[in-house]
Amino acid sequence: MTVTIGHYLLVSGLLFTIGLLGVILRRNILVIYMCLEIMLSAAALAFVAFAKFNDVLDGQIMVFFLITVAAAEVALGLAIIVAYYRLKQTTHIEDMNSMKF
Amino acid sequence: MQFVIDITELMEFTLFVVFSFVMLMCGLLVVVNRNPVASALCLAMCFGMVAGLFLLLEAFFLSVVQILVYAGAVMVLFLFIVMLLDLKVEKRRKIKLQGIFAGVIVTVFFFILCQQFAPLVDNAPMPHLTQRVNDVKSLGHLLYSEYMLPFLIVGLILLVATVGVVHVSRKEVKIK
Repeated sequence: MTVTIGHYLLVSGLLFTIGLLGVILRRNILVIYMCLEIMLSAAALAFVAFAKFNDVLDGQIMVFFLITVAAAEVALGLAIIVAYYRLKQTTHIEDMNSMKF
Repeated sequence: MQFVIDITELMEFTLFVVFSFVMLMCGLLVVVNRNPVASALCLAMCFGMVAGLFLLLEAFFLSVVQILVYAGAVMVLFLFIVMLLDLKVEKRRKIKLQGIFAGVIVTVFFFILCQQFAPLVDNAPMPHLTQRVNDVKSLGHLLYSEYMLPFLIVGLILLVATVGVVHVSRKEVKIK
């Protein structure tokens, strides 16, 4: 048995689907954030698999940028969550409806 | 009939199966767990397995960065916030049936859509990277020559994020 790019894409797609399922199903905004990170990781996995498949390093550079941007995003997002929690004492997305029209 | 089994290929396949299985299970546990702390720990495990898959793909530097940044920094941040906010185990609220229905439909259709692209890639065995002798060096060369501008922009993004975090999380000071 050899591992082909199809295997990696299958695993990456499954991981992305799990993340998407979490984002849709869960109501705790922190867990939704974790699921977003899972989706980013799935994309990174596909990038690295294609980089190896095409024998170029460009895909790995993309993942390098992706990890950096994801770290910045997590820091900013968690700061917003903490600021919101200080205001309303909740992380449940159904209680966050002050901008609802 | 060939009786000689390529041991490295077998090893690679076994490692691939183990890593991806544990990764997917941990990903599912993140979604299923009601306790945010348990979710965060499963997420750390999931990231560790992704790093293992990066190792199999000969992306050694990225694997180390994945562990350092994700399993290190991001997870500590998550756990810190979860414990700072003192989140209790999520109470069971009434789940709308149509919500679950819509969620499962969307994800299943998305996965089917992904599978449509599977025949487009040819299923040849993966070649070994030719420039793999010095992973960090070749990555650095590429980063500082061809990808110079994106690299600088990413630095700027980090700066903006830092300033933004400080601004968002600071207490409002009333000016008299």
